[in-house]
Amino acid sequence: MFRVTHGSIDIKEMLAFVSDAGAGAIVTFIGTTRDHNNGRKVIALDYEGYPEMAEKELSRISEEAKKKWNIQRMAIIHRLGPVQITEPSVIIAVSAAHRGDAFEACRFAIEEIKKTVPIWKKELFEGGEIWIGTQSGVPFNLSK
Amino acid sequence: MKIKVKFFAILRERVGAGEVTKDVHDGTTVGELWTSLKREYAPLGSVEIRLLYAVNQNYVGADYILKDRDEVVFVPPVSGG
Repeated sequence: MFRVTHGSIDIKEMLAFVSDAGAGAIVTFIGTTRDHNNGRKVIALDYEGYPEMAEKELSRISEEAKKKWNIQRMAIIHRLGPVQITEPSVIIAVSAAHRGDAFEACRFAIEEIKKTVPIWKKELFEGGEIWIGTQSGVPFNLSK
Repeated sequence: MKIKVKFFAILRERVGAGEVTKDVHDGTTVGELWTSLKREYAPLGSVEIRLLYAVNQNYVGADYILKDRDEVVFVPPVSGG
């Protein structure tokens, strides 16, 4: 289950998807929208994505995780469009026979998402808006 | 050859369009297409961020040689999560 969506994310559906008789653990990661970033007061985030490729990349991340750790199933859903403060922008769920593999694969997935998946966040803050670049959370500017 | 180019995020805003179709000569690389787009769309001319290239939903190098009907996306630094 690898999706981008303009709707909300149903974590119950994701848990049902990764549920597995061979699993002794399910680990979830929920990325949420915080109200501050680098000294700015954040009002909301607005995500834009290249859906076909984003879903393909999410699936690739899962395949890579399956090579590195002994996991059963993975589900990743990322929101597109406006996401309000406290709301989830991304949820990852991983099941594994043992918790160590589930934790590590989940961590791997979120770090990879921030590196390779074609999704961009625009930060709407008090006083303006700016596209955020790469993992650092700092804005990038194009000289005009 | 006809190439479909999609723009996202800051590049979409700069170009003022999400998608354009371009005619290119046989043997044109994706890097050369970017160079010609920068000439055509002045607001792209000064883009200094590091871009990745994607063709048909896969990352490729700048030396990828375009094929008819390829779908090209220039990927600014991603920031999902």
